[in-house]
Amino acid sequence: MPTLVSHPDEVKVVSRRFGMGATDIDKYIELDGYKAVQKAIENGPEWIVNEMKASGLRGRGGAGFPTGMKWSFVPKVSEKPKYVLVNGDESEPGTCKDHVLFLHDPHSVIEGTMIAGLAIGSKVGFIYLRGEYRYLLKIVEKAVADAYAKGYLGKNIFGKEGVDFDIITQTGAGAYEVGEESALMESLEGKRGVPRIKPPFPAVVGLYGGPTVINNAETIANAPHILLMGGEAYAKLGSERNGGTRLFGISGHVERPGVYELPMGYSMRDAIYKVAGGIKDGKKLKAVVPGGSSCPVLKADEIDVGLDFDQMAKAGTMLGSGGIVVLDESVSIVEFALRTIRFYQHESCGWCIPCREGTDWIKKTLTRFHAGGGNKKDIDNIQYLAENMMGRTFCPLGDAAAMPTLGFVKKFRSEFEEYLEGKRVEHPLIQITPIGEPALAGAH
Amino acid sequence: MPDVNFIVDGKKLTAPAGTLLIDACKSAGIEIPAFCYYPGLSLQAACRMCVVRIEKAPKLGTACTTTVAEGMNVTTESPEIAQARKATLQLLLGNHPLDCPVCDAGGECELQDMTFKYGAADSFYAEPKNHREEQKWSPVVYFDRPRCILCYRCVRMCGEGMDIFALGVQNRGSSSIIAPNVAPSESPDHMAALDCEQCGMCIDACPVGALTSGTYRYKTRPWEMNHVATVCTHCGDGCKTTLGVRSVNEGSEIVRGDNRDKSGMNGDFLCNKGRYAFDFANNIERLSSPLVRQSDGKLKPVSWEEALTFAGKKLRELRDAKGANSIGVIGSNRTTNEESYLLQKFARTVIGTNNIDHHRTADFVTLATALQGTTTADGKPRFASQRCVEKSPAILLIGGDPTNEAPLTAWNIRTNVRLNKARLYVANHQDIKLKRQAKAFAPVAEFGYAAFIDSLASANDFSTAVKAEEKLVVVVGNELRGGELAKLIAALPHAKFALLADYANSRGASDMGVLPDVLPGYQSLKGSTLASEYGAAGQSQVADAPGLDLLGMFDAASAGHLSALYVVGSNPIKRFGIDASALKNTFVIVQDMFLTETAVLADVVFPAANLYEKAGSVTNSYGDLQLVAKAADKAGVRSDFELIVRLADKFGHDVKTLVPFGKGLRAAGMSGDMGQTRGAQSGEADRHSVWLTANNLEPKLSPFDPFAILDEIQRVVPGYDKLLRLQLLSGNDQHIAPAASGLVQIQTGRKDLVLPAADTLFTSGSLTRFSPMLQDVQRHQASEHTDHLASAD
Repeated sequence: MPTLVSHPDEVKVVSRRFGMGATDIDKYIELDGYKAVQKAIENGPEWIVNEMKASGLRGRGGAGFPTGMKWSFVPKVSEKPKYVLVNGDESEPGTCKDHVLFLHDPHSVIEGTMIAGLAIGSKVGFIYLRGEYRYLLKIVEKAVADAYAKGYLGKNIFGKEGVDFDIITQTGAGAYEVGEESALMESLEGKRGVPRIKPPFPAVVGLYGGPTVINNAETIANAPHILLMGGEAYAKLGSERNGGTRLFGISGHVERPGVYELPMGYSMRDAIYKVAGGIKDGKKLKAVVPGGSSCPVLKADEIDVGLDFDQMAKAGTMLGSGGIVVLDESVSIVEFALRTIRFYQHESCGWCIPCREGTDWIKKTLTRFHAGGGNKKDIDNIQYLAENMMGRTFCPLGDAAAMPTLGFVKKFRSEFEEYLEGKRVEHPLIQITPIGEPALAGAH
Repeated sequence: MPDVNFIVDGKKLTAPAGTLLIDACKSAGIEIPAFCYYPGLSLQAACRMCVVRIEKAPKLGTACTTTVAEGMNVTTESPEIAQARKATLQLLLGNHPLDCPVCDAGGECELQDMTFKYGAADSFYAEPKNHREEQKWSPVVYFDRPRCILCYRCVRMCGEGMDIFALGVQNRGSSSIIAPNVAPSESPDHMAALDCEQCGMCIDACPVGALTSGTYRYKTRPWEMNHVATVCTHCGDGCKTTLGVRSVNEGSEIVRGDNRDKSGMNGDFLCNKGRYAFDFANNIERLSSPLVRQSDGKLKPVSWEEALTFAGKKLRELRDAKGANSIGVIGSNRTTNEESYLLQKFARTVIGTNNIDHHRTADFVTLATALQGTTTADGKPRFASQRCVEKSPAILLIGGDPTNEAPLTAWNIRTNVRLNKARLYVANHQDIKLKRQAKAFAPVAEFGYAAFIDSLASANDFSTAVKAEEKLVVVVGNELRGGELAKLIAALPHAKFALLADYANSRGASDMGVLPDVLPGYQSLKGSTLASEYGAAGQSQVADAPGLDLLGMFDAASAGHLSALYVVGSNPIKRFGIDASALKNTFVIVQDMFLTETAVLADVVFPAANLYEKAGSVTNSYGDLQLVAKAADKAGVRSDFELIVRLADKFGHDVKTLVPFGKGLRAAGMSGDMGQTRGAQSGEADRHSVWLTANNLEPKLSPFDPFAILDEIQRVVPGYDKLLRLQLLSGNDQHIAPAASGLVQIQTGRKDLVLPAADTLFTSGSLTRFSPMLQDVQRHQASEHTDHLASAD
């Protein structure tokens, strides 16, 4: 299990119970656990949604959609049951925040799920964990069982007549694609993990056709804290239109990698050099992948930017899932680009043509390029392929593959060109069998 | 839904709110390309070909998932959109084998068409293509994986359309493949296989050459065929099948059947038999010369002249010597209306007997009698059309198993339930597949349908729900006949009714009066105008007593009272299990394609053309009349129509009183030629002649022209008088509600006269054993050891 890290610049809200044994329900209760949900029962749905709106909390999964607004979209009256769905399918390379959350504070997710349920009038919540997080399932299932034992889940929770809430846990089968909300619902329903056509959006037609709120685990875990401290107080912790704090997973070539909770808008340079202790072994910074592998890369001179959704968008990239991957000068961008596209090619669900075929051809071309069989036209082709995937695919996975690829090729084109001339950074992360001379160029 | 106004490519358009943009554009003549979109199936938005620019949207949107909205401004063609489509095609072609020169779909391929339009002619890729081996999934379905573009049309067609779910997607991403429901590990030959209804709908739906037909693969190119839309011969549903016909030494041969042009009332649909079971026509055992039994007791090929003269003269001798009522005539449920009509007219006016019948597969006589003079609540006739099953808000299915016996009926019921939320009520003694679509199911004991009809009178959930339906269509299986059927019809006084029958023209044979007790249109033998007209046309007055029915004829033969039997396109010996010795003292003439159990007993056998080799009209079980077009041609065979006329001629009958031809109907003194002026049959008519014929301007110059008889049918058969000739000639179906005159007097029929064919999806009466495809499919289905079809629950 990863060791916990900390830094004085951190503002601990969602991580405040990390390392304090809060997986134990009594410890959790001692640390103000299950107070927020009781407050929520007392004050009612409207109050909850208003507090959430006031908090300025935006979706921590990556898209940054205002949570309070999302909850308010769910119709008050529905013939079909309404559901709360917790997206714990944390699969974006470089992202490891939900992992620590489930590991150290599973009850906060449970409590947040109950609050979301109260807000929208749902009686059932699902916690969906990534297939590879199966070992976390034991922790979450124990937490759920403990909550049932205390009467916090089930019928008439906290002794309140007519207030019912159930939680069901489920794991995926190992597909990045089901991190996309509608694909997750397909998967949860037992179908192939492919995304659904939108509209209708989940708030109207979601899981099993019922109105559904689906939130990232960290987003959900913030809800109890927000209700306890008040939405406005939470909002003040962050920057403009970006309320609160966020878990950032800083990895790669830094001295102290780990998950840190920093206020929204915190400087990226400080996050790397102060919080994470700077570049490892005194090497120079080459690039940063700022919010999980799907975000366009930032060059070393582009890191003076605040870590919030709007500032990152202004800088031409994304805050994404908060997974900051730091690359030092030893990294070959060609190799890194290949490694990235290999992931997306492998994870493309295959539903739509541009993503299925586009990721495959970029991967094939980059594999040959990396193995030494490339030529200058390949660089253009890779860019052409990525540009033609961008915005054309069924779900954001195609964009997630195209964006970083475009970033690498555009910002580091010279490195691709030098690679052709034999100037290569030797860093054999990936074992790739050379395929030799390209066969029948332009075969069709 | 109220209409909304929107703009596409600068054109102001209007469509009901909720219409998909791609459909709204199509209605306005603006085609938006798409691979995965298929009308009537669930939306996919997977191929990304239909991307369009919608004003104010951040990126290109898919026209297949966007519904039109007030004020929407859409651009469907622009450099940006063309580039998006081109890029998608480039990606597809990167892995495509580009084997168009040998691909079945070459010339009919949507990928080719799109590439032609968007010009994705350049390749960027140096890597080898992903090659995968082709697979044989069944005798009729092959899968060429490298050609597949993963549009999922086949998967949806099989699941949503056919309710079989035999196809699915395996693996992920660029490894995704379409896979059938029998895994190699479960299959006897260790190859992936399809255990399904073998309908081939997946092949028609496939936009490229990935799914190909086992009977057509690599046989020809599409442009080397003539495509003739005609009506399938196999069941009573009346599907259009478009036959691809190619010239061969012996005439022209059918090489393909499909319904890609969606030309008939079957829309997309075609079942296994309609698609593939035309191959009996090319069977090596097909007769191609008349046979006459020699003094040594053997059948020997002779010339047409010799055979016809012998048969005609012998028949005349026997009629004159033993009397007209010593002769019996058995008609067919696969011949055209014109042939059926002509045959009964031959029996009644040439021979002069009412001894005429056919293998009845449903009790249309009772249906016509019971519905006569009644109407639905809104004053419409109560005969249901196939179209009613497709559109009615409520359907009651009593008995029968349409999935096996009438696949189009099953498709229409399923589609109606799926797309229009129609309410289906099923009463059956078996758990038929359509139970899955049923809102309510009433279990019936085997042979217990009479009790079920009684239960409709009592108040139970099923009968209450059924009776509350205002627009109910009742489809009745062959379990119900006679009095029980009449009782059912009386129990549901405002519902429309249809009977499930077998073969292409069972209803037509009934309507045309191939029955011993009624004239065409269920008119009385006694006192009707037609009876007197026949009297004038024949040698003597038509007898007003009913003749022998089919079984009665064999009884008479066994007793030595049947001097001659004329069998046209029927195999009663096999079908009714009749002892061959019954005919030992009877002179037998048989017209058939093959030496059937009945034909081998004949004294004269005439090789006959099948339904795909002639023109005319047929009426399906529901009473929908359609034109049959001549597709194939086989040297050495003649249509039943021509054979009846020639036999009458050799019998010594004035052919002009049988077929009104020549300038002016029955113009006295005109010497009618025997077909020289016009060609032997009316084949595919050109537009000019269609118009002439439709307006009845063209004189029927040939006694072999079925339209001469169609004129007479229109004139004398109630119900058929209303048909619009131009509609018929345009290939449209028209519903016939027989309006019996009220004079009908029906003989108390023997119940066993209605003999259901009990055909399955892979049998078609006597034709089954002459279709190698059906034989192959039967073996294939038998070899797949378990039932892989989705269970009913």
